[in-house]
Amino acid sequence: MDLDFTAEEEAFRAEARAWLATRVPAAPLPSLETAEGFSAHRAWERTLSADRWSVVSWPEEYGGRGASILEWLIFEEEYYAAGAPGRVSQNGINLLAPTLFEHGTDEQLARILPPMASGDVIWAQAWSEPEAGSDLASLRSTAVRTDGGWLLSGQKTWSSRAAFADRAFGLFRGDQGDTKAAEPHHGLTYLMFPLDAHGVTVRPIGRLDGKPAFAELFLDDVFVPDQDVIGEPGQGWRVAMSTTGNERGLTLRSPGRFTAAADRLVALWRSGADPGDTALRDRVADAVIGARAYQLFTYAGASRIAAGGAVGAETSLNKVFWSELDIALHETALDLLGPYGELSDTAGEAPARGSWAEGYTFSLAGPIYAGTNEIQRDIIAERLLGLPKGRR
Amino acid sequence: MRFLLDDEQQAFARSLDGMLEAAGTPAVVRAWAAGDTAPGRALWSRLAEAGVFALAVPEQHDGLGPLPVELGVAFTEMGRHAVPGPLVETVAVAAFLDRLGDDAVAAVWLPAIASGKTAASLCLLSDDSPYALDAHAADAVFVVEGDAVRLAAASGPVQPSADPARRPARPLGGTVLARRPEVAAAAGHAADVAALVTAAQALGLGRTLLARTVEHARRRTQFGVVIGSFQTVKHRLADALIALEFAQPLVRAAAVALAAHDPAAGREIAAAKVTACEAACAAARTALQIHGALGYTAEFDLSLWIRKARALRSAWGTPAACRARVLAP
Repeated sequence: MDLDFTAEEEAFRAEARAWLATRVPAAPLPSLETAEGFSAHRAWERTLSADRWSVVSWPEEYGGRGASILEWLIFEEEYYAAGAPGRVSQNGINLLAPTLFEHGTDEQLARILPPMASGDVIWAQAWSEPEAGSDLASLRSTAVRTDGGWLLSGQKTWSSRAAFADRAFGLFRGDQGDTKAAEPHHGLTYLMFPLDAHGVTVRPIGRLDGKPAFAELFLDDVFVPDQDVIGEPGQGWRVAMSTTGNERGLTLRSPGRFTAAADRLVALWRSGADPGDTALRDRVADAVIGARAYQLFTYAGASRIAAGGAVGAETSLNKVFWSELDIALHETALDLLGPYGELSDTAGEAPARGSWAEGYTFSLAGPIYAGTNEIQRDIIAERLLGLPKGRR
Repeated sequence: MRFLLDDEQQAFARSLDGMLEAAGTPAVVRAWAAGDTAPGRALWSRLAEAGVFALAVPEQHDGLGPLPVELGVAFTEMGRHAVPGPLVETVAVAAFLDRLGDDAVAAVWLPAIASGKTAASLCLLSDDSPYALDAHAADAVFVVEGDAVRLAAASGPVQPSADPARRPARPLGGTVLARRPEVAAAAGHAADVAALVTAAQALGLGRTLLARTVEHARRRTQFGVVIGSFQTVKHRLADALIALEFAQPLVRAAAVALAAHDPAAGREIAAAKVTACEAACAAARTALQIHGALGYTAEFDLSLWIRKARALRSAWGTPAACRARVLAP
């Protein structure tokens, strides 16, 4: 057992670090949850992809570098340590792409992946519905068979990135009206659709911080051709589960962002915290330890995958851990900022010592999305500890 | 990078686990707490035969080590079975003597530790703890003060611990064994090793507390259903698992860092110590709560694990000291 990287991995790290050092924008980009910020982030995706840094783990033919999972982790560490912008393409890259690699046709891979890698097509996820949040099995939106494709109807909501994105992916029920069938997981189809298609209405929703980070989508007989179905019609649940595993596990929250945030937190603490405030000191230490624990847990998981293991229910451990760590990190930072902790990042007198306010608000959503932490704890208890199913 | 135990390390863990399971440690723990050290020393010999203490002793003194990763594996299994005695302290003495730079002293004690003949205890007076664990049951009690190390001649009255199987006492008197500038550095190294294996031991304790509680929750019925089907029970157990799962890689990485003489090893060990001990204590609280009054019953073996978890939290680095060290420049 060791924690040393190979010479090739170290060379990969050095190459990524050198590239990032010259390319990362000197000033932070405007929030990607605004129209202006979205287009600035799209431009950054193009910069990344021009040198094949946008999707390092993908095969070269789709714009990647064929990087191993450890190299991907290394890239993420360097990316966040360099203070590079958040990824506006993450829904596509982290959620849709893994599903396509597992269930997509060659035609779909060739058509969809390159423009995703380049930022030319930015994807929104359209999972949730007004009556179906973490309980995806109770989805009601429908896909009705028509000549050469499907007609989508219904309402999706809290769709991340949908206010400004180009296309979306989600699950639709084939068995119209029968939302409480005995097997609610059956009869779902995984489909992709353009957000500017005829019959789609996008209404941005203000998030807790007021930014239109997500949207509700009203679908009225939106035509989708057969080639935009992923996997078999009616098998959407199984297809989607491969995606949610990725979402909760490695790809949504690589450790790099937490180790980088922990480093920034320590710098903030050293720059002027009251040395006698041991309660605050202990919280800083716990955040640092938590980030390290998450990094090491991920290394161990990556080592298992590299040795031929599969990603399983342990992704639920990850999801609960990183979402709670993220809040603790940001709350500690805001407390360190004292009276400045309440200021938005856009405030004229906002502290220049790292933008914590926006990250804090975003961290609050962590225990809610990608399957609430309550759902994750049920999964942990039932699948990892073998406890019986019960009333929720 | 391969951050996983290899086949040999896993086989070692399994064989120790099997041996300790068969040994029926709860009776050994209860005897030890009552002052009867014979069953504990018999088990000590079997652990020595399995190579546990040799892992802490360098090859030139009849050992196999020092092998921090394997020591971590061994202490996790010993924690899993709540093995009593100055296990941590004996390994720490080996680490101390290995770094002392006095071959004559090392040649006397290290082979005896490796073979299991000698159970030792250690008191680092500079480290703010006035006690030596299980001094009454140890063959030798080493006391470090400044640049001198002495062998204690006697010990004061046993101070009852949160864990009745831990019997701390003040070491008294004795003669100076060595006085040299390397003593402080060797003591620091010994404290690191002690903190590391204490963390591993806590991890094992926590694993058993969780496993037994999960078993209980699957069997115990109330209101006509097994209590493990209640969401609040499930979520407490899930949280206990999360805490242990994320503590484990910290313990392993700390051992790897120590083995590699990484300058950050002390910080890694402190992170592992506080996290593993907190996870074990949280598992103990959860175990107690879900077992209800059974968990509060001393005759029930679970109490042996619950009480040891609390005691290890303060041993070889308090949570506050560990957190301060994580942030030390």
